Amino acid sequence: MTPDSQRLQITAASPDPALLDLPWHIPLEDWPAETLAALPRGISRHVVRFARMSGRVVAIKEIGETVAYREYELLRQLSRIDVPSVEPVGVITGRRDPDGEPLEAVLITEHLQFSLPYRSLFSQSLRPDTATRLIDALAVLLVRLHLIGFYWGDVSLSNTLFRRDAETFAAYLVDAETGDLHDTLTQGQREYDLEVARVNIIGELMDLQAGEFLEEDVDAVAIGDALAERYRDLWRALTETESFGYGERWRVQARIDRLNDLGFDVGELDITTDVGGTTVLIQPKVVDAGHHSRRLMRLTGLDVQENQARRMLNDLDEYRAATDRQREDEAFVAHDWLTEVFEPAVRGVPKDLRKKLEPAQIFHELLDHRWYLSQQQQRDVPMKETVKSYVRDILPQRPDEQSILGVQAGDLRDTDVIPRVEDDQIIG
Amino acid sequence: MATVTFDNATRVYPGTERPAVDALNLHIEDGEFLVLVGPSGCGKSTSLRMLAGLEDVNAGRILIGDRDVTDVQPKDRDIAMVFQNYALYPHMTVADNMGFALKIAGTPKADIRARVEEAAKILDLTQYLDRKPKALSGGQRQRVAMGRAIVRQPQVFLMDEPLSNLDAKLRVQTRTQIASLQRRLGVTTVYVTHDQTEALTMGDRIAVLKDGLLQQVGTPRDMYDTPANVFVAGFIGSPAMNIGTFPVLEGYANLGRARVAVPRNVIASLTEADKNHITVGFRPESLDVVPEGTADAFPVIVNIVEELGSDAFVYGSLTNEFGQAASVHSGAGDAQVIVRVDPRQVPGKGETIWVKIRPGEQHLFHAGSGVRIAV
Repeated sequence: MTPDSQRLQITAASPDPALLDLPWHIPLEDWPAETLAALPRGISRHVVRFARMSGRVVAIKEIGETVAYREYELLRQLSRIDVPSVEPVGVITGRRDPDGEPLEAVLITEHLQFSLPYRSLFSQSLRPDTATRLIDALAVLLVRLHLIGFYWGDVSLSNTLFRRDAETFAAYLVDAETGDLHDTLTQGQREYDLEVARVNIIGELMDLQAGEFLEEDVDAVAIGDALAERYRDLWRALTETESFGYGERWRVQARIDRLNDLGFDVGELDITTDVGGTTVLIQPKVVDAGHHSRRLMRLTGLDVQENQARRMLNDLDEYRAATDRQREDEAFVAHDWLTEVFEPAVRGVPKDLRKKLEPAQIFHELLDHRWYLSQQQQRDVPMKETVKSYVRDILPQRPDEQSILGVQAGDLRDTDVIPRVEDDQIIG
Repeated sequence: MATVTFDNATRVYPGTERPAVDALNLHIEDGEFLVLVGPSGCGKSTSLRMLAGLEDVNAGRILIGDRDVTDVQPKDRDIAMVFQNYALYPHMTVADNMGFALKIAGTPKADIRARVEEAAKILDLTQYLDRKPKALSGGQRQRVAMGRAIVRQPQVFLMDEPLSNLDAKLRVQTRTQIASLQRRLGVTTVYVTHDQTEALTMGDRIAVLKDGLLQQVGTPRDMYDTPANVFVAGFIGSPAMNIGTFPVLEGYANLGRARVAVPRNVIASLTEADKNHITVGFRPESLDVVPEGTADAFPVIVNIVEELGSDAFVYGSLTNEFGQAASVHSGAGDAQVIVRVDPRQVPGKGETIWVKIRPGEQHLFHAGSGVRIAV
């Protein structure tokens, strides 16, 4: 440790002493390979590295001090209001190299387990509609952020991480550097965010094409445009005022059902009538994402993604019907489903294969596999058999997704140091 | 290219009473580099975002050229926010990195190439056009990002504290780069900063805002020589102006033992609100060090001397011989003054020096309203 290291200032909600063991006196760019978990792919505005710390992985970004504190606070606020975003660990300032030269401040965030950067999704062999499913996830995230008044300023695939969510993806915000939290957003802010997103996404896809990770004939512009369309549809469904005659009051419940179906709960609904009382106007005022995941959490205590939850709730319904317990309290049945169906299935996966996928995602795939086996064998294949077959034939073929970060530290081909052209003189 | 006009533009945030920007009137000439400057919360960023279309305009209008854009969506305003995003794409060449937004917009290939080459020439990037970004230095990468905005040939460039992210050295370097680039391109530019040095060194004109109100707009020289009020006087200039409020007696502002003659027409213009007081400002370089006992001189106890080679500044305290010492303030704090001294004759710490305001170099303001009194 350097004599200056006591001047380090660490700001963290729950500081981990292991933070002190990282080599803060070395510029991030020169950190030794043994400290690093991986090098990120692509070119970022800042130097970013993944390091191992107390058995977990953290992302470290060198960035100006004020900006670091600002982003730390924003990420804390976002996680407090339950927006899918990376968890901030802390900010470190006052770094100096052994000669006493000041080094840039760093922002540290938790690495999101089982998350996938979009680049790694494209370098795996994937179904052709991956891009569309990523865009759908990003549109949902953007709508959720805008609903709570968060202006992102730099929406892009690179600033997002994706987690598998049944057959879809769930998107998480990774970079809040350009963001701002407002009471409500103006239409101009939303439209600008959307335009930045569209242009960035198209640029990122064109880059993948230039690097031959994506087929040349994929229409990048159409995919970017699809984001804007998906966003607008969802925004309308969630916020639009609907009017109907007094006699059609069933449409209130229909609207709520439709929002639930989209995965949102209605926290507050404005209902007004016109002066004569013949027309009813309804407008959702507060909507919260996670309708299904909240319901599953309440019934079973399982914390999973929205579409995984939807899938599991359906299985729970089937279990209820199959065991003829429709008239029993749902919570009791759910408890039995958890101990008799879900837990044995997930526990049936050997330890060394658990790094492949999250348990909820494994369960989703088991349900798919059971359906497939049952179709093939023309009988109801029990879960126990399904697990056996899945663990033997399917899961071993899947990549380990627990911590896909970028390039492994030992493999420097992608970010090999190319001699830099000397910074030339100021223009003008 | 175009002019930009704020016509009584007002922004009131929902749930607040005081406007964040209050009836802003500002006309920016075609090709001009205008800097919006002021302390945090003054409304400078809000003004810029109103022009960008990110903030609603609750009253008044905003025009780009002759076109009223008050209700036009950001992407249809023909403006470019520079620097917000300069992540470059690793697999694309520098040329593609600069031109991809045009490709998205459906611009013909030949046009894209021509515009990219033109921008590259201005940015000194011509020989790197076919390389990948990872072969570029940090400064060059930043210029590629600027090139992205340039090839779009927008009517107006908007920059919101673009240098806040850089370290001090790179900030000074990039400051010069942006200013010279803007002059070469001749694109109307609105630039927001809280740093008055940045404002003075970069802007053709500067607009100072405080509490949502425009205080003064003018060239750096105007702002420095004839600040319109006490706020601008104290905000513009580094080190800051020394400013104090004193009673007026028998045609003089009484600074304790020292006196500053106040012209008769100034005394005649004092109002009831001034309560027979006047605010006097004097810059550190408007003071002469004189022998003790010189008429109208006052003593300063030297706390620190800042030697900059070409200049030296004394940061000193006043005694109550200087009227109510506490009624004077400067960039160094209350009851403190800053004096520029001959760098070859620097007083020692703890010493007392006698200084006198050079005749005609004082700034006079109404004690009540803070508004400048024309002499």
